[in-house]
Amino acid sequence: MKAKHQRLTLAIIAVVAVIGAGFLALIGLRDNAALFRTPTEIAAEPVPPGQSIRLGGMVADGSIVQQADGVTIDFIVEDGEAQVPVRFSGITPDLFQENSGVVAEGAFDARGTFIATNILAKHDENYMPPPMEGMETAGNDG
Amino acid sequence: MHAFANPTRFLSIARPLTLWLFWPGFALAVFALGTGLFYTPPDYLQGESVRIIYVHVPTNWLAMAGWSGIAVASLVQLVWRHPLAGVAARAIAVPGALFAALGLITGSIWGRPTWGTWWVWDGRLTSTLVLFFLYLGYIALASASSERGETSRVTAIFGILGAINLPVIHYSVTWWNSLHQPQSITTGGSAIDSSILWPLPISALGFTLIFGAIVLMRMRAIIAGNRVEARLRRMAQG
Repeated sequence: MKAKHQRLTLAIIAVVAVIGAGFLALIGLRDNAALFRTPTEIAAEPVPPGQSIRLGGMVADGSIVQQADGVTIDFIVEDGEAQVPVRFSGITPDLFQENSGVVAEGAFDARGTFIATNILAKHDENYMPPPMEGMETAGNDG
Repeated sequence: MHAFANPTRFLSIARPLTLWLFWPGFALAVFALGTGLFYTPPDYLQGESVRIIYVHVPTNWLAMAGWSGIAVASLVQLVWRHPLAGVAARAIAVPGALFAALGLITGSIWGRPTWGTWWVWDGRLTSTLVLFFLYLGYIALASASSERGETSRVTAIFGILGAINLPVIHYSVTWWNSLHQPQSITTGGSAIDSSILWPLPISALGFTLIFGAIVLMRMRAIIAGNRVEARLRRMAQG
């Protein structure tokens, strides 16, 4: 066996071993590397009140309700199967709107309402121009 | 491939090629960024902030392509002992780190108006930050352990090992739920409307040519530095 072939064989074995180790690490990370929990996951495995988590899903259609104090909103986060009621006081990102993705940081209160301390908007992978000429930034009305 | 092993021969090609890569790349990048800023329509949801895509995607593509280059060059160095492979790997590291930083910065600037945050520890952002740190580690290791102009074997092994992060970055938005949206451009097509998309490949090509020119310049600088060092050593012994 030529020295070059020996080095090549060793390198290939090493690369395969590294890829294998990487996959093992990824399998281990699988549940822990997620940024947020979905309503379905929370329904299956309830989170005790007061424990900080991130909740992610879609803002249900027609669910955003402005409260009388003017800064608090109630809305529902859903993922097609389960729903979670959320309350938030503060300024939401421009892209926060109904039928759009959201990641809320906060904790459940004793009655099962998720009290969000921070709201992040999650948009999907689609990019397209506004539907009509003259409508400059359709996203800013959310 | 060993035809280019001779540095003199390599330099005679690399010198004119640097200009042939840089100026067309510069022209393409300026054209693509100009049309991306002033000509293409805004996004229906994000508005004008979508225009940062013409910098954000090419810089991140090059940050990842750069490490792929380091990994391949390191493998060639270890297995075939090609004398220029180590030089190429080291030449990629600094522009690679720069583009990784630019990708993180443009992403952060884009994230503030769209997501509502500069930074979040999701899979895509974290793995890209790890890539930036890998570049810094590679640069430190290469400069600490290289002797007589040779890239050390430890550096080459690190270059190959670091490549494990590349599929993690790519699939991070598929494997784990994240704030960053999934891939827009896949082999199945593009989720970006063609009116917004078309300057993007031009911009990516332009930035890639500029990146190639920077790598060639750095390779020439490293070879020149090695020659100076070798001559000084001979004189000192002389």
